[in-house]
Parts: sequence; structure tokens; C-alpha cells
Amino acid sequence: MKLTDIIGPVMVGPSSSHTAGAVRIGNAARRLLGQPVREADIGLHGSFLATGRGHGTDKALVAGLLAMSVDDRRIPDSFEWARHAGLSFTIHGVDLGDSAHPNSAKLTLTGVKGKQLELVGASIGGGRIVITELDELPVNFSGDFPTLIVHNEDLPGHVARVTSLLSESGINIAYMQLNRAHRGGQAVMVLECDQEIPEAVLQHLQAMEGIVKVTYLSLVPEGESQNV
Amino acid sequence: MYDSFASLESDEKSTGLPLWKLIQQEDCAENGQTPEASYEEMAHMYGAMKDEDADYDPRRFSNSGLVGDEAGRMHEYRMAGNTISGPFMSLVMERALKIADSNACMRRIVASPTAGSCGVVPAVLLSIQEARDIPDEQMVQALYVAGGIGGIIASRATLAGAEGGCQAEVGAASAMAAGALVSLLGGSAEQTANAAALALKNLLGLACDPVAGLVEVPCVKRNVVGAVNAISAADMTMAGIASRIPPDEVIDAMRTIGRRMDPGIRETGTGGLAATPTAERIRKQIRAAKQGS
Repeated sequence: MKLTDIIGPVMVGPSSSHTAGAVRIGNAARRLLGQPVREADIGLHGSFLATGRGHGTDKALVAGLLAMSVDDRRIPDSFEWARHAGLSFTIHGVDLGDSAHPNSAKLTLTGVKGKQLELVGASIGGGRIVITELDELPVNFSGDFPTLIVHNEDLPGHVARVTSLLSESGINIAYMQLNRAHRGGQAVMVLECDQEIPEAVLQHLQAMEGIVKVTYLSLVPEGESQNV
Repeated sequence: MYDSFASLESDEKSTGLPLWKLIQQEDCAENGQTPEASYEEMAHMYGAMKDEDADYDPRRFSNSGLVGDEAGRMHEYRMAGNTISGPFMSLVMERALKIADSNACMRRIVASPTAGSCGVVPAVLLSIQEARDIPDEQMVQALYVAGGIGGIIASRATLAGAEGGCQAEVGAASAMAAGALVSLLGGSAEQTANAAALALKNLLGLACDPVAGLVEVPCVKRNVVGAVNAISAADMTMAGIASRIPPDEVIDAMRTIGRRMDPGIRETGTGGLAATPTAERIRKQIRAAKQGS
């Protein structure tokens, strides 16, 4: 914990979990999509649904999708900014089941270049978040590291090929998780790295046999947000 | 991060360094940061506190419509010049309302330590700076002390209402403000700890029972209590009044009280004030408005 976690962060109110955390879920989703969002379907679960409107959770999620940060004064007016940016969205309640964190949202996104992404994010307190599901497979990462998510066929050798490609590129893996729907079906690996992964490496990965989808969360600032 | 007032007091005695410097050193060592970068961050936080104070608009209301104009009312009353609590205390109260109202209305604030309790520390610090014409540099140092106190409370107990009730939010903020105030006015580490202990003791057991689950009722007005309580704890300390229970033990008591609290009064919006017939009516109205739109 840092001193500026206690005096700070600077954020738009009223709630670190229901507002700042929601912005961060939107941000992570936007980064994972890797392109400005054209369409978003937003499902609010649990406490996000019950008290979300009063806490501006809806506005905060949309602000996050527009790449606004937690202290962006435009958050209360994010619906207006979405219209300017050509982002159309729908917001509704969703039941993600008893095992989902009470502050969860399910986002289904289409980017301006046609890329699609579905994820569930949870706000776990103090503005910290966890992405718990990506394209229908369970994951568990915070978005605090450059994060590579690879959906692949559940066959021998894929993990070795992906990790050796990273090692050849001088990229150190900080944390790694593996998950699969069922044996021989689709699997997902999540690699949280110490360095950013170059675009060429991502393209190489995408072209590998047996790799279904490559998703990457970069921490490189986008400069001024691209949509707004 | 320091995890006890006892170690902070003994480091002050052994090094002779001011409290804020000890707290800064510890944080820099833990996070691999230079003192300059750390100072710059803290100065940014103090600047953001000034901004939030200036940002208030009494015509703005929260999404639910429950709060927003409290600080405006307090301002008019204070300007009429006949407050019971006097010019300084009434200004502190107005500031605490302003910042807490702004938070509820989705304006930019500094969580200190939380968004729900964000009015306490700035209300006290900005007002004493104005009243005594204190340079910014000393105020930033006081903010380090506030942060260090919050760190001790976070280490020994919690700063989350969901874990420890409102005593962990407004109670902690009040302890942070009281200690920062005493340190700012030249108090020793022991006096700083004493002020924090007195402030926290007076708010032990405070429930987190927000109406309709929103950071509005009673949160906005509790920021006033946290700020006023901090000032009285600082004044008691400067008068030489000691907490009979040592500061670290007070925090430990806060932790055990938090653990024994029913979940209904730990931010779930289902117990205490949130379970009153009026709160229930408000909750239903908000839900109906949501479905109607």
C-alpha cells in the first residue's frame, strides 16, 4: 500500500467501488478491445444493479469505455460524450449467478474496426478491479500489468510455444494462469508481463496454428483518449 | 507504512526527524520512489483538495436528489454572522459539507481515506491554513502526517466501511485530521498520536448505514462531525488532556468493534438508518424512478 492510496486517489465521486472501480472496468475493456468502441451492451449485476444508478456506475462504465480516467470531470456527462464519439450503448440488469462478485458488470463490445469482446469485470473495493471472465472463459487479472490473453485449442505444446516466443522477445512473465472449458475444447492462458509486448509479436501469435484469439491489454497511455 | 504509533514515536526520538519526514522516508523505501517525486505527488493531492473546495455549486444535486444544497445553506447561515459555533468552526462545517456534497454529486474529490469521508481532512486543513496564514509547504507536510496515521489504522484495522463500519471511514478521517492539525501546530509525535486517539475514541462504534445504499444520507453530514471532532481532539491535546488508552490500543479496539458489528451496519444499506421506514420509502421511490425512465 502506498501513502497516496490513503491520501488519494483523485477521483470523481461518489464511491471508489461503484464509480472509480466502474471507470477502471470500462478502461480495461477498452484497452483489451484495442480499438475505440462502437457498440456496447452493458449488464449490471448485484449491487451494481441495485445502487448503480445513484452511484453513477452506468455513467462511469461508459466513461471508462471512452478511455476517460477516474478523475475525468466529464464522467457525469459521459452519455453525451458517447453520442459525440459515435459509441452506442444499452444498459440493463443481468444475473451472473451467486458466485459472481456483487459489484460486477458484463460488457459485450464491438470496436470501430469490427473486433468483438465479451468480459465480466468486478470492482473489489477501494477502486481496485479484477477481470473475471473473457470471451466466456474464466480469467483472473487486475489490468495492472501488460496482459496477454490467448484463447487456444486445448492441445499439447501451445503453452510452450507462446512462452518461448515471449522469452525470445525478452519479455518476462510475472504471473500466469491456465483454464479450459473442458478437456480437448477451448482453453485460455493469461500472462501478466513485466514488459509491453510489441505488435509484431502479437501478430505472430495470432497466426500460430491452434490459436483461436489473441487479446492484449497494453498500459501504454493512449495520449488523449481516441474516441473523445 | 508504519504499523504503530509506538514505532513512529520511537523513531522520532532516535532520529530527531520530523514526523512527516519519517512517514515520507518509509513510503519511499517501500515503493522505490524518490523523496522529490513523493513530495510532488502529495503536493498534487493538496492542490486537488483546494480545487474540490472551489468546485462546489449549491444548485447541484445528487442523482437521487437526496443531497446537494447543504453547504449552500450553511454558507448563507454563516454569512449572516450569528452562528452558535463561531466563525472558524462554522467555516470548517461548511467546507466539510461542500466537499462531501460535491462527492455525492459526481464532482472530482480526493479520497482521504475514502470517498465517503473525503470532506473531513480538507475541511480541517484548508481552514486552519486560511485562519493562520500557513504556507503550502507545511500543509503538504501535514498531509503526510494524515496519510501516515491512516496507514497505521489500515495496518492494524481497516479503512473500509464494509469491514469496520463508519468508524473506519469518518472515524479514521477524523483521527488523521486531528493528528495532522497537532503536528502542524508544532506538536510532538506523542501529541499527534494522542490527538488521533482522542478523535477515534469519540467515534468508535459508528455504524455504516447509508440510506438506499448511497454515499449521501447520513454520510454527507457525518463529514461535519468528523471535522469538528478532529478540532476538539486537537484542542484537548494542546490543553494537555491525555488519552488514558494508548493510541495503538484504541485502533485495535476499533478493529475488534468492527469485527463484532452486524453486517447490516457495514455498508450493506440494510440496517440502522437504512432500515427505518422513511429510508425504506426513499429506497422504493428511487427504484420506481429508475424503472420509470
